[in-house]
Amino acid sequence: MFLTISTTGTHDRPATDLGFLLHKHPEKAQAFSTSHGRAHVFYPEASAERCTAALLLEVDPVALVRRGKGKGRGGAADAALAQYVNDRPYAASSLLAVALSAVFKSALNGSCAARPELVGRPLPLRIEVPVLPARGGAELVEKLFGPLGWTVTAEPVALDTRFPEWGDSRYVRLVLEGEAPLAEALRQLYVLLPVLDDTKHYWVAPDEVDKLLRAGEGWLAEHPRQQLIVNRYLAGRRSLTREANERLELVRLADADDVDVEELDNAVDENADTEEKPVPLAVQRREAIRTALRASGAHRVLDLGCGQGQLVQALLGDVTFTEVVGVDVSMRALTVASRRLKLERMGERRAERVTLLQGSLAYTDKRLKGYDAAVLSEVIEHVDLDRLPAVEYAVFGSARPAVVLVTTPNVEYNVRWETLPAGHTRHGDHRFEWNREEFRGWARAVAERHGYDVEFTPVGPDDPEVGPPTQMAVFTLRTHTDSSTTNPKGAKAA
Amino acid sequence: MSTSPENAAAPRELPVTDLALVVLVGASGSGKSSFARKHFKPTEVISSDFCRGLVSDDENDQSASRDAFDVLHYIAGKRLAAGRLTVVDATNVQQDSRKQLVQLARQHDVLPIAIVLDVPEEVCARRNAGRADRADMPRRVIERHTRELRRSLRHLEREGFRKVHVLRGVDEVERAVIRLEKRYNDLSHLTGPFDIIGDIHGCRSELDTLLGKLGYVDGAHPEGRRAVFVGDLVDRGPDSPGVLRRVMSMVRSGNALCVPGNHENKFGRYLKGRGVQHTHGLAETIAQMDGESEEFRTEVREFIDGLVSHYVLDEGKLVVCHAGLPEKYHGRTSGRVRSHALYGDTTGETDEFGLPVRYPWAEEYRGRAAVVYGHTPVPNATWLNNTICLDTGAVFGGKMTALRWPERELVDVPAEQVWYEPAKPLATEAPGGHEGRPLDLADVHGRRSVETRTVGRVTVREENAAAALEVMSRFAVDPRLLPYLPPTMAPTATSQAEGYLEHPAEAFAQYAADGVERVVCEEKHMGSRAVALVCRDEEVARERFGTEGVTGSLCTRTGRPFFSDRAVTEEILRRVRAAVDEAGLWAELDTQWLLLDAELLPWSLKAGGLLRSQYAAVGAASGAVFPAALAALEAATARGVDTGDLVERQRARATDAEAFTEAYRRYCWSTEGLDGVRLAPFQILAAQSRSLAGLGHDEQLALLDRMVEHDGSGLLQTTRRLYVDTGDPASVRAGVDWWLEMTGRGGEGMVVKPVRALARDGKGHLVQPGIKCRGREYLRIIYGPEYTRPDNLQRLRNRSLGHKRSLAIREYGLGLEALDRLAEGEPLWRVHEAVFAVLALESEPVDPRL
Repeated sequence: MFLTISTTGTHDRPATDLGFLLHKHPEKAQAFSTSHGRAHVFYPEASAERCTAALLLEVDPVALVRRGKGKGRGGAADAALAQYVNDRPYAASSLLAVALSAVFKSALNGSCAARPELVGRPLPLRIEVPVLPARGGAELVEKLFGPLGWTVTAEPVALDTRFPEWGDSRYVRLVLEGEAPLAEALRQLYVLLPVLDDTKHYWVAPDEVDKLLRAGEGWLAEHPRQQLIVNRYLAGRRSLTREANERLELVRLADADDVDVEELDNAVDENADTEEKPVPLAVQRREAIRTALRASGAHRVLDLGCGQGQLVQALLGDVTFTEVVGVDVSMRALTVASRRLKLERMGERRAERVTLLQGSLAYTDKRLKGYDAAVLSEVIEHVDLDRLPAVEYAVFGSARPAVVLVTTPNVEYNVRWETLPAGHTRHGDHRFEWNREEFRGWARAVAERHGYDVEFTPVGPDDPEVGPPTQMAVFTLRTHTDSSTTNPKGAKAA
Repeated sequence: MSTSPENAAAPRELPVTDLALVVLVGASGSGKSSFARKHFKPTEVISSDFCRGLVSDDENDQSASRDAFDVLHYIAGKRLAAGRLTVVDATNVQQDSRKQLVQLARQHDVLPIAIVLDVPEEVCARRNAGRADRADMPRRVIERHTRELRRSLRHLEREGFRKVHVLRGVDEVERAVIRLEKRYNDLSHLTGPFDIIGDIHGCRSELDTLLGKLGYVDGAHPEGRRAVFVGDLVDRGPDSPGVLRRVMSMVRSGNALCVPGNHENKFGRYLKGRGVQHTHGLAETIAQMDGESEEFRTEVREFIDGLVSHYVLDEGKLVVCHAGLPEKYHGRTSGRVRSHALYGDTTGETDEFGLPVRYPWAEEYRGRAAVVYGHTPVPNATWLNNTICLDTGAVFGGKMTALRWPERELVDVPAEQVWYEPAKPLATEAPGGHEGRPLDLADVHGRRSVETRTVGRVTVREENAAAALEVMSRFAVDPRLLPYLPPTMAPTATSQAEGYLEHPAEAFAQYAADGVERVVCEEKHMGSRAVALVCRDEEVARERFGTEGVTGSLCTRTGRPFFSDRAVTEEILRRVRAAVDEAGLWAELDTQWLLLDAELLPWSLKAGGLLRSQYAAVGAASGAVFPAALAALEAATARGVDTGDLVERQRARATDAEAFTEAYRRYCWSTEGLDGVRLAPFQILAAQSRSLAGLGHDEQLALLDRMVEHDGSGLLQTTRRLYVDTGDPASVRAGVDWWLEMTGRGGEGMVVKPVRALARDGKGHLVQPGIKCRGREYLRIIYGPEYTRPDNLQRLRNRSLGHKRSLAIREYGLGLEALDRLAEGEPLWRVHEAVFAVLALESEPVDPRL
């Protein structure tokens, strides 16, 4: 990882003053130990007219991986996440920012013992970062550096020239040109390099907020993207620790199959509310479910595929429901739901009414038997069509509650979502989206096979042309006397 | 109370069942302890005095009685649970104390037997007076004992004692002899051979056909085999009297044994004139009995009355009963055992057809004896945990099944017609239901152990099962189409050779040390592991795997489909099928489907996302940074700055980075539809009714070569290989050279496998089924571009392989288990249990770079 800082000068104000400001002699190449490898400072050119300082950080990728290594089985949590194949040795990431602050500490703090008059003087600067990881692309780079007065050149780097169809990488070659005091420029780099990198920090310190405030002095407060900068700067810390605790097993499975863990662990997206806009639809759906459950006289209710637990929370607010069981296959979803419900701090009486379980509708489950009602809200569309019969049997054949509510998107309504491109599903994990006829056909067949009656209720505005955004089926178990008609022999076996 | 000299000589025989709780009853001083000493082994007798001593240091401390009896009951309970005759030496004159013992006997399903020593009071008093420790015992205590004993005598049988022996007077006590009797159900001395026949339900004609097929001529087998009927001879079918006549005559002549089914039990009660509902096919039997003589009815009644709930046969290796029996009930005698043997256990729930849900006792069975039973109609008889249900629903139009013992061969005949409509279909229509029942969460969830035949018990931890559940449920293909997942493979021991982290020399040495003489080196394909299930057609897939509209599956090492578009999968399967057709392997392997272990190429097909986000990104970053950095360094050097070895080092790093980019590029090529896609099969895992995991790799490759030769589509790719003798230095050198040449050209490396599959080392442990030796360049995309630098290599050599090797063996054992269970036609959940465990183990914490 590499960057250069250049300035120009005249005989009176030689460019080599840069050496005083950086506190590094232009005629020497110097090396410094930093926490992630050796940093080298040298000057490819150093004349009165032009002076360029280069910072080269030799990252030790082996040490990077082995750093977090614990005892025995494959090391500590983050060792499994870290890879020897890593862009850290090449790209100007947060590690370079750390090196920058270590090597140019006095310059960053705006002190220059030898030539104090140089500090604070705007210099004509040209900063070049050949490989800058930039999540958000060249556009965001411009938005972050532009408002600070820089002339920004950000050129995308191709992923692989052999495979042009792969497009650009997430790196840009960055050149900043403008006049600014060196200290301020360095502090901006110190904050914005990791912000653009936006990946896990390998350096975790408790005083990150203080550091940000100090480095942001004089420019961050007025920055139009202040919120994004703060969020990204501080985000890495949180996610690192949490991921380490929550989903290592899944990380390893993804690893074993050469996929990104996000492709598998996508049951909940904590950053965005996965419920489609406008948000009130989700509220309407929960209300419709609650109303239907009350009408059915159910007290003990299963929320199958409870996700982040919004429905569980809504049902707990209604004392009609004496027991609410949230079931999901995703451990992450259950963790989020538990946090949302504040299960650990909940009063005993309320806590007695709620249970969260890991379960899967691909299997029958004895624990789910004997409930008054089960809700599958926005669940079936996350199941591959060819595995739906197993889900059907687990719910209607095995758990067999008196009432089953199923909601699912009505694909016809998708044309009414302005933001949804034609032909796209509402969520990346939707394996299918049905129109009203398809859903009703399925529901009626299920009801017939398992001895239920079924009725349909629209949820959300019922568009005269395309129907409601969400469709709901209410299944009611036929009582035993009714069911004898479908099972005319009514005989008991063996 | 005769004391005549003639009688004095004659012994008084007391029959005692060989597994029973014998309760001695008698006043203090009546001679119980002497009696017990005389007739039983010291360890069989537990005396209350002894237990009093144990808890209080004083055998006569009456205040310690309560604790003493706790101890006594505890010891007796342990003995009975272990199936040992137990004698309780205590006064037991009070009903209360006996009641507890009767309960204890029932708890362990053994017979309670009372032996009463009714000795005159004076005798007792005199004996006590003669014993120092009891000399002070007040006379009234003995008087009370005697009074209570007299009062008890009449009630003993009503209290639940199944045998009551009363010895009156000193004389009779003296003359008593214990005669041990075998239990009725204990026929362990009969060693067969047997032909055990499943539920018949009045299907006389099918029974005759089956007996004929088994070799019986007129109810007798020329080779002296003996038939064993599991019950449910009657009801529902066309000729229950005919079946009874046949079975009764075979039993009478000693050519058969028979245990009762619930239908006999009910029919028997009907014959005795009890009120029973004429449901479940009893009405048919009653109607058929109309023309039968009173004599025959009596004969049937007595036959049914005399049936014993279950039999323990063949030195305890075989238990036959109607509805199955957990091990703790084998050879036991109680109402509860009889009830379980006849009706099985139910959970108390009813299913969607309103029928009682049966408790799956066989799923938990771990007993030594094979349990052969009937009662629950199943589509096919299959072994499950050493139990097998032979009721294959002949009367419902299924088939009638017999098991040859000890051969364990199944013989069946199809039903001639549907004689009786079942209340519910033989199997539920749920996925997996065709094999008995659908998958249940309890089969996979939480901490579980899977028993395997090759590597013993493999334990899956809860958190690993949780992760596997998520992937299996949300991303995997239908479990019916996922009968196998490949195990992880350990790399070769770390090489110390300069410039190398892995080198084949260690792999050959490892196998030589394990006593494996001949190995095959198979080229490692530059793709992704794939498991392909290929059926001849949809019909075969439906028949064997219960699926609709597909002819198989093609999935990754975590069970995910390779292609989201099912049509693409089907096209690949079609091409493989065509090659199998052309090569004539269906007939040769006598199968309608094949399960293949293979590699799907290119890697970029599956791992495109990863390649771009991780590998290509590193390539792009390094490719862009070095020109700039080197130019700057060169400029500084040119103007006289001493940069030391920095330039040289950066040049070397740049070269490494280029090598890295070249390394990953070899795994990428563009594919258009299926053009450019290759499948390289390297093992046939299974075919109909058998696992082929035991077939040597030389034979495997020969079969696969023929498949590849006959592939007209260009899909299939051969696996290059070289055979090496681990004991021959020249051969080993050739192996190393082959690897050097292959990896030198950019190949991924090779896998070394024992030619003979399932090889074991000197201690009898399975050796690694394969050891991978990855190429020097390939490892750059594992360990990073600069891993070959001496200081990096030195540190990377410090890697620990133990856990990976152990994981590889455990997963291999689970995979073999899945294949064996599949071969034996075990139900889906049993196969899935093992497959799921492989996936769960894949989430164990182990260095992902190994």
